[in-house]
Amino acid sequence: MTTGTSATMNMNWPAVRAIYRFEMGRFWRTAGQSILAPVISTTLYFVVFGAAIGSRVSAVDDVPYGLFIVPGLIMLSLLTQSISNASFGIYFPRFAGTIYEILSAPISPLEVVLGFVGAAASKSILIGLIILATSALFVPLRIDHPIWMVGILLLTAVTFSLFGFVIGLWADGFEKLQLVPLLVVTPLTFLGGSFYAINMLPPFWHAVSLVNPVVYLISAFRWAFFGKADVSIAISLGMTALFLVICLGLVTYIFRTGYRLKS
Amino acid sequence: MPIISISKLSKTYKSGFTALSNIDLAIERGEIFALLGPNGAGKSTLINIVCGIVTPSSGTVMVDGHDIAADYRAARRAIGLVPQELTTDAFETVLNTVSFSRGLFGLQPDPGHIEKILRALSLWDKRDSRLMTLSGGMKRRVLIAKALSHEPRVLFLDEPTAGVDVELRQDMWGLVRDLRQQGVTVILTTHYIEEAEEMADRIGVIRRGQIILVEEKAALMRKLGRKQLTLQLQAPITEIPPELSDYGLVLAGDGRELVYTYDTRAERTGITGLLTGLAAAGIRFNDLHTEQSSLEDIFVGLVREGEARA
Repeated sequence: MTTGTSATMNMNWPAVRAIYRFEMGRFWRTAGQSILAPVISTTLYFVVFGAAIGSRVSAVDDVPYGLFIVPGLIMLSLLTQSISNASFGIYFPRFAGTIYEILSAPISPLEVVLGFVGAAASKSILIGLIILATSALFVPLRIDHPIWMVGILLLTAVTFSLFGFVIGLWADGFEKLQLVPLLVVTPLTFLGGSFYAINMLPPFWHAVSLVNPVVYLISAFRWAFFGKADVSIAISLGMTALFLVICLGLVTYIFRTGYRLKS
Repeated sequence: MPIISISKLSKTYKSGFTALSNIDLAIERGEIFALLGPNGAGKSTLINIVCGIVTPSSGTVMVDGHDIAADYRAARRAIGLVPQELTTDAFETVLNTVSFSRGLFGLQPDPGHIEKILRALSLWDKRDSRLMTLSGGMKRRVLIAKALSHEPRVLFLDEPTAGVDVELRQDMWGLVRDLRQQGVTVILTTHYIEEAEEMADRIGVIRRGQIILVEEKAALMRKLGRKQLTLQLQAPITEIPPELSDYGLVLAGDGRELVYTYDTRAERTGITGLLTGLAAAGIRFNDLHTEQSSLEDIFVGLVREGEARA
């Protein structure tokens, strides 16, 4: 890996494939845990929010409450899994010292990002689809715009995997690795309308919610399911794309300067 | 053309510490080059710059005709690195981690080649074992297998036998010789002088970020080597006769040995005069032998000499 570029050379696809397969191997090694955990947590959410609380909540925007929370549930896992998979993926070689192998290989920064972020996004999308399948056991699914749903799923997974990659490079200990997902992303996701529509909030809190970037993601994703959104789909996609560009900029800066990678 | 050409290479870390200062070095194709130096001399920094792990402050490095910055892909494809630390992915299997390394260097999977390497390093039986279950020596072999997985033309061994047992050390020396036979250039850093003495064609000594000497091993031994002549006396003596005081003799073995150190480069070694003097003093001996100073003695001498000058 280098801070320079070599435009005349072809992409090192075997390296991208090697990193991708290596990272996915970690997922499959703990497949039971990787798959079972989201199934159990989704089931618990449906028991608590769907059956216990949902039975007392009327439909939201004509969507039964149990069905209404499906996009939020998927988004909740998608964000946290994307970040944790990508951050752990790049942090662990730094921690274990095996990063030397990546740094001394004929790999460009783009290829490194493709391998790590591609694997992290794949894992979180798989988990998202598992949650979707589990949800189908509890509520009759309805997806008005399936292609948009897949597109938003991909865009969000890639964006937050990039964000996780940045965290994994920034972190200098396991505490920092958990800091952002636990103290920032999870609260923002819960307060971003995972389990409610933000127009159900009083005007003040509604305005405050619009500062939360996760609101736009959940809103866009819910629109793909039910054709209804808290904010305009164009604004939602624009905000997500903006966040993607910011993450790309950060990653580019890191590779150009060698921050936390090279001395 | 040398396989590695280093020109005016310097490295100063952000802390202000200068690890390398204006290094010029050429490594010839197919040789075994040993880089010796005390801790913190700059050996690892030099290797890490050539391999792309550390960014140089100034200077250029060419590997097999490719600049390590401008043409990093071609330069790095030529290099295999065995790091000093036993850094392995604990949960991976031997086969997977070696195959992964080959992929990183842009090569398609080649199970036959991987099998050949693992067999050569006595790792084939352990191919499905997780790395965390292996001993330190086995992990070291895995690191070598990873470095060889992409068939490099240059192999860097950073302290290759640190903490390994005698048997494994002998195996590694054999492996390095085999690699040289196949045309691979080997650059090793080591604390074990006997390792350099046993294997290297040329030796470089680095001290405080500067190469203070590069020399053919044999020539170095000849040029800087000092010899000792030990005489086994027929009868022990308690003191060296005053007429022999100019020779700097040392009395050893409870007065039964006289040790004379001389310089092989000197026009006159003084041996004839010493023997004549001994005869005149009535000191008889019944045996004698000479001993060439080891590379270690030379190395220690060089480093001390440099420190005294600094």
